[in-house]
Amino acid sequence: MTKTWNNKAWFFVLPVLALVAFNALIPLMTVVNYSVQESFGGNVFFFEGTKWYSQVLNSERFRAALGRQLIFTFTILAIEVPLGVLIALCMPRRGVWVSVCLVLMALPLLIPWNVVGAIWNIFALPDLGLLGRVLNGIGFDYNFTRQAGDAWFTLIVMDVWHWTSLVVLLAYAGLISIPDAYYQAAKIDGASRWAVFRHIQLPKMKRVLTIAILLRFMDSFMIYTEPFVLTGGGPGNSTTVLSIDLVKIALGQFDLGQAAAMSIIYFLIVLVFSWVFYTVMMRNEGEGQS
Amino acid sequence: MLELKGVSKRVGAETHIDAVSLTLQPGSLNVLLGPTLAGKTTLMRIMAGLDPPSEGQVRFAGEDVTGMAVQKRKVAMVYQQFINYPSFTVYENIASPLRVAGLDRTLIDREVRKAAELLRLTPYLDRLPLSLSGGQQQRTALARALVKNAKLVLLDEPLANLDYKLREELRAELPKIFAESDTILVYATTEPTEALLLGGNTATLSEGRVTQFGRTIEVFRNPVDLVTARTFADPPLNTIDVDKKGATFLLDRGVSLPVPDHLTGMPEGRYTLGFQPHHLALKQQTPQSVPIRARVSVAEITGSESFIHLDFGAVRWVLFTTGIHHFEPGDSVEAFIDPRRVLVFDAAGRTMAPADGLVS
Amino acid sequence: MARIDLSAIRHSYMPRPSVEADYALKQVDHSFLDGGAYALLGPSGCGKTTLLNIISGLLHPSEGRLLFDGRDVTDLTTQERNIAQVFQFPVVYDTMTVYENLAFPLRNRGVPRDEIDRQVRETLALTDLAAVAQRRARGLTADLKQKIALGRGLVRSDVNAILFDEPLTVIDPHMKWQLRSELRKLHRRFGFTMVYVTHDQTEALTFADTVVVMYEGEIVQIGTPDELFERPAHTFVGYFIGSPGMNLLPVEVEGVQARFGAHAIALPGAVRDVKGPAELGVRPEYVRLGAAGLPAQVRRVEDLGRRKVVWLLVEGQELAAVLGEDEGLPTEPRVTFAPEGINLYVASRRRALEAAA
Repeated sequence: MTKTWNNKAWFFVLPVLALVAFNALIPLMTVVNYSVQESFGGNVFFFEGTKWYSQVLNSERFRAALGRQLIFTFTILAIEVPLGVLIALCMPRRGVWVSVCLVLMALPLLIPWNVVGAIWNIFALPDLGLLGRVLNGIGFDYNFTRQAGDAWFTLIVMDVWHWTSLVVLLAYAGLISIPDAYYQAAKIDGASRWAVFRHIQLPKMKRVLTIAILLRFMDSFMIYTEPFVLTGGGPGNSTTVLSIDLVKIALGQFDLGQAAAMSIIYFLIVLVFSWVFYTVMMRNEGEGQS
Repeated sequence: MLELKGVSKRVGAETHIDAVSLTLQPGSLNVLLGPTLAGKTTLMRIMAGLDPPSEGQVRFAGEDVTGMAVQKRKVAMVYQQFINYPSFTVYENIASPLRVAGLDRTLIDREVRKAAELLRLTPYLDRLPLSLSGGQQQRTALARALVKNAKLVLLDEPLANLDYKLREELRAELPKIFAESDTILVYATTEPTEALLLGGNTATLSEGRVTQFGRTIEVFRNPVDLVTARTFADPPLNTIDVDKKGATFLLDRGVSLPVPDHLTGMPEGRYTLGFQPHHLALKQQTPQSVPIRARVSVAEITGSESFIHLDFGAVRWVLFTTGIHHFEPGDSVEAFIDPRRVLVFDAAGRTMAPADGLVS
Repeated sequence: MARIDLSAIRHSYMPRPSVEADYALKQVDHSFLDGGAYALLGPSGCGKTTLLNIISGLLHPSEGRLLFDGRDVTDLTTQERNIAQVFQFPVVYDTMTVYENLAFPLRNRGVPRDEIDRQVRETLALTDLAAVAQRRARGLTADLKQKIALGRGLVRSDVNAILFDEPLTVIDPHMKWQLRSELRKLHRRFGFTMVYVTHDQTEALTFADTVVVMYEGEIVQIGTPDELFERPAHTFVGYFIGSPGMNLLPVEVEGVQARFGAHAIALPGAVRDVKGPAELGVRPEYVRLGAAGLPAQVRRVEDLGRRKVVWLLVEGQELAAVLGEDEGLPTEPRVTFAPEGINLYVASRRRALEAAA
């Protein structure tokens, strides 16, 4: 009955499917393949089963990297989400300043990752950089290349500077979609600023904030360029997060099997976290719907 | 001619349209009447070809168009929201379907000006839609539908966002605008009065089913079942459950109504009576009228008419009458009903037989 | 509840209004009496919502003062004015239950807990919401949501007025009837001061004891529903109220007669100082069809079930007449006007007819 229904659409989808297969599925399968084999030079492989997996999971080094990764991700989420919402709340809802604010907010998002790293690297240099000079000038012993705490501080400030805008823009989009009548009703009901936020703005922003948190989670969990450009994971291993460790294993030590297994575990962690978070948020969303 | 044959639409476990069969004639005006979520919009989307039906067939001029994309059909649709191209002038908005069709410039100009004249948009041709009033914006959308010369024009509550008086004007104009073509007009509305004002044919929709289709006034006067009667009543239909014993209907509180002559042969048992608010009167209007004592809940008075809300036991009725009649809540009144005006429904909600000739 | 006085209120949305046309509200002086049910009726853009928002404090008027019970509240905030408002689209707090929605305005004002509970329960019963009290507000139908919005106003026993901004727009016809009559009942029972903004004449006329008709930023008539129907002060009121609206015929006044084309129509009284061109206003309900009178051509008949609207052509002029459900249309109808339904307008304003001596 519906055979003529939009059959043409498939022709447009096919190239995309092919593209996805080449740049996502096939590489992924290759990694799966590596993760269960031992490789020697000259393309000689042995099947190893789950050996690499158990090795990775039991390694102190992996756990440490994962721990650093989790601390980093949750720290920036804890800063960027509330800060982003706060900035969005302060932005004007109409008038000429709207576009000015939006452009200012969008600026950091337009700068490539490695450039951000380079900018902050120079900006924070204790002897040359403005930030480093000022901090040292006012009495802090600040040197991100030597002190782990300073490296962390720089990394987090950098990420917050770079990505809070994304949360701001999403939260702002959620905010301006709230009809005026809600604010007027709240005024009439004598609601405090906090009550307006808690009962009108926050519920109406929930969907976009879910998206914002998901995006920021996934992206920060996979952060590589910034710590790499800043200190290459140092000082010591202090900023060696998962992706940096992975590259060290794969390209530094050329442990292809171990790196592959680690990649898969890494991938699954991101997948499971995102999935659980999304389902929990959306289940609440549907509650009371009928 | 547009034919729907056993059309159903299911989304997941929910049935949005349930086995609808309709035949709409060229040049006809057809009203889809039903409350929100009755399936009016879904049905229109199927007619337009925006959505495929889950089951059944859509035929246009004898040809099966069930799977045909909307672009290939000569269909125009106007929505409740005023949908125009915001960056185009009114002129360009009206011209847009003609430009897509690749007509030459002088022909487009002629068609646009003709439609603008008909919809009284000529002074606004150079304006942008958003600088116009709601009524003018909707006229622009209608003009665009008109120049498209579509064989099927679907209007989905097109006047719902307009002022009462503007609605009145545009509603009167609409059938005239499309009168000269052999276009099939389909008009969805939630308001019974609007259906009556438009005339033509009406299909009453309830929970995805078409309960009745026929000439508008016929459907209004002789609904085939209780659901149709309820859908097509504004103010709401008055109803009451009764027992038929011999030649009388026994209501609560010792009140009884004689069973009209043509229905005396019905089996004994439980029935539902339904009667329109304007058939309930404050004075005895015919010798057959029977008084029923009820309590006033509230009286709503317009400048020339009264809607008196009555409580008869636990049942709510509305009495409509011309003239101004003040009552206090709690007042006891006698409301008269001519049993020949009463619609009788069986336990399954089917109308027992058309009411007496009096209801013509 | 309070009496609301509007004194020389003017409002413009422009920063520096200069000409009269810059004002959305041109000049409003009016008093809403304590316990009255009022409707502000007019087409979109007539200033009725502007006026409502000035009363509620969502807008500050460009000029003029607003008094509640004699106290100047022009500069007070919405909260301080202590009013309730129901909007066009139902505003409910999605995350709260119905009960919590009603408790919200009281909690914000720091009312003691058991007092809140008592008042919320009372309001739930009043608005028939008790059955859904513990449900989340979000999943409810539009009419229930609108009741919640109303309940949030009613729950505060000390509100000065309840304002309605086209509250039935998104409600299905059947539920409209129910909500409307419930509002009317609440008003009769408790005597709240209520102001109801609408473009729908049926809603305005059935809800209000006094209807304020607005047109282009001005009040054109204030009256009871029957005054507006029988004696429209302005041709706009004649047109806007009634459906179809009032018939207007161009006539020449000659004493107690009005000349309409080749015909003379007897006026029920004389008009002082009026000679020459005027308009005769007759509602379709007062147009009689019979064997005598002006010859008319039938153009079209709309059968609306409980009545029929007959569109006629008389002397080249379109004229509407109303027939009852069982009334037949004469084969060659002639038109007369019931004397009590005749109004005379000069330059759109009604001129009183004095009973002939």
